[in-house]
Amino acid sequence: MTTASRISFCVGFVFGGFMVHIFLWQAFFTNTFYVELASGSGKLLDHQLEEQKVWKKNGSALFNLKHPHHSDEDSRMADELYKKVRILCWVMTAPQNLETKARYVKDTWSRHCNILVFVSSVDDPNFPTVGLDTKEGRDQLYWKTIRAYHYVYEHHGHEADWFLKADDDAYVIVDNMRWLLANHTPDEPVYFGRRFKPFAKQGYMSGGAGYVLSKEALRRFVGGFKSKVCTHTSSVEDLAMGQCMEKVGVLAGDSRDTLQRETFHPFVPEQHLTAKFSKTFWYWNYNYYPISQGPNCCSDLSVSFHYIHDSSMYLLEYYVYHLRAFGYRYRYQPPTPLGYSYEKVRSQAAAVAVEKNSISQEKDAEGEGSMALESAPWPHLAPMFLLMMGRSRADKQHITPPSESTFSASSRWRAERRAS
Amino acid sequence: MLSEGGSFVKGMALGAVFSLTLAILGSFSPRAQSVSEENHHHHHHVQAASKDELKRLSDPEAQELNYQVRVYCVIMVQPKTLVHWAAAVDTWSKHCDKAVFYTSESSKALEAVDLNEKDDWARLQKALKHAYENAGDLRWFFIAQPTTFAIIENLKYLLLTKDPGEPFYIGNAVKSGELDYVAYDSGIALSYEALKRLVQVFQDQDKCPQTRQGLWLLSEDKQLAVCLRYTGVFAENGEDMHGKGLFNSKSVETLIKESMKNNPSKVVEGCCSDMAVTFGGMSPNQMQVMMYGVYRLRSFGHDFYDWLTFDPPEGSEND
Repeated sequence: MTTASRISFCVGFVFGGFMVHIFLWQAFFTNTFYVELASGSGKLLDHQLEEQKVWKKNGSALFNLKHPHHSDEDSRMADELYKKVRILCWVMTAPQNLETKARYVKDTWSRHCNILVFVSSVDDPNFPTVGLDTKEGRDQLYWKTIRAYHYVYEHHGHEADWFLKADDDAYVIVDNMRWLLANHTPDEPVYFGRRFKPFAKQGYMSGGAGYVLSKEALRRFVGGFKSKVCTHTSSVEDLAMGQCMEKVGVLAGDSRDTLQRETFHPFVPEQHLTAKFSKTFWYWNYNYYPISQGPNCCSDLSVSFHYIHDSSMYLLEYYVYHLRAFGYRYRYQPPTPLGYSYEKVRSQAAAVAVEKNSISQEKDAEGEGSMALESAPWPHLAPMFLLMMGRSRADKQHITPPSESTFSASSRWRAERRAS
Repeated sequence: MLSEGGSFVKGMALGAVFSLTLAILGSFSPRAQSVSEENHHHHHHVQAASKDELKRLSDPEAQELNYQVRVYCVIMVQPKTLVHWAAAVDTWSKHCDKAVFYTSESSKALEAVDLNEKDDWARLQKALKHAYENAGDLRWFFIAQPTTFAIIENLKYLLLTKDPGEPFYIGNAVKSGELDYVAYDSGIALSYEALKRLVQVFQDQDKCPQTRQGLWLLSEDKQLAVCLRYTGVFAENGEDMHGKGLFNSKSVETLIKESMKNNPSKVVEGCCSDMAVTFGGMSPNQMQVMMYGVYRLRSFGHDFYDWLTFDPPEGSEND
């Protein structure tokens, strides 16, 4: 080999390596969260690296890459609902609360949302938060809510079916919200939360406990402001929201479970479970449905709690997603939402067709009689169908148990084991 | 000229491959992990049965295990801890197959076996003798204080494939000098054989005196370990399959707060086992919350197919 060839080789080597390096560097940095390797402590860096693995940032919205899972659990039902009942969570926060409140939300329950947006008075591209061009303070709450809902409608209206508003001191069990909403469609003009009775004929939803609007409800909310049917009537955000909802024909749903137990909670679990509220406490006069103190206060499939701070966020995460009693057969066996079935989920997996939308197809093929709005071949006609069924059904927006019997995990599993 | 061009292209190709390889290797480089593992290698460890072991059980075998693993709870109370006593009655003790409260003196408010004994150690001995004599066909014993919350199903999970005819003395094993003992405030599990040997050695006043002697009184849990040691029974640490302790002397709130300081990026994973058996220092209200958190509150759509089933207790509302 001549010297000239050798030199050419080396130059080629460096050139090729350099080009690939540049190419990879470019590809790696699109659509990923850029971590500033500041001189922070090792733990802080670990935290940021963990976050980078979990969240994909797209503008100011966060998309969860690693919908949290346990190694020894079967979460196919939860996964199916995750795909079919898409929830956008927007969390009300403020610049001074990012490190003391919002970050715990980000570390815990919000990882189960399909899309997550933090809203504040100030834009913060790092956290990230969307700045709503408002000031901070209790009198700004409704402005923030109005602007937040307009923002998510504009930017993510087509990417989700339901739109949740939560405070940065609320803990929301998103999987349970999907169970609640699975028997409804995003075309229904309905919203769910902890229903209070005063100030509006159909009542309104407590702001602290969080509330979730269907896509149609959101469309009507935004439309209401455009046509000036709704305006900034008051700074009391939840009450003003309730009045607007009523004006644009959005129904206040009944979010209680099949045992009439509440799912959205305006206080911490300890208070609902153990406190004896004084007879003059405002709560007694506000709650739309009869209040239960003690164990009946709260559904097994509760959706939210309020006034949850730092360590309590992690504690609830531990209770909901981690700590359990081995082999325990729960007293409350919640009915499977219409159109979903454990049998089908398992046979799907066996057929290695989990990703396909075959649940609806299988269901139609079997010709089952139950009303499966979600999986019907004519979902766009669903709202018409609802209307045709009359106001009486629309009034009672709670879960109706399906015709199939409820599922008992271990006995069915054992039956299958015997069969195999 | 051509040979140089050829060399250039060869070089470029090789350089590209080289760079790509470096990049791939780079993405696999292990991060510096500051994991401080507390290896209790000076203890014996006891872990729960693995999923595979349990899968191999036939139905009659599973039923037999369900019967064998039933637990007799020995709960040591006093009137001065009435509030916690009442909380234990209303919460976790309902999941024991047999829960007996042993008190230092009787209380009009709550039922208990009145041992009429003020000395803590003497009282514990009396309680254990009583439990042994009234065991019936129960083969596992769990000693607790009313400030400890126990998830009996998880205790059963730990004990499932262990033979109660062998001596077992399990809990949060702590070292004090040369003595390994199980801490009282996180619960003590004893097999029938261990309790049998213990009751026998109680009769030996040299090895295991009724009243503790000397200026420096050993706490009851240490004294228990001393007596058991004479019979050839040693403390073992109850752990899950990841080596995490299942018996906690601190309350769950305290442990979460500690984990926030020590593992801020993985607070819940770094805190406590998913199959934890006990938490100590719990207030009555915290116990009601834990009843709800363990036996009721959950996320829909996540299922576990445990190879045994435990039914909820009769006539109870908070689980």
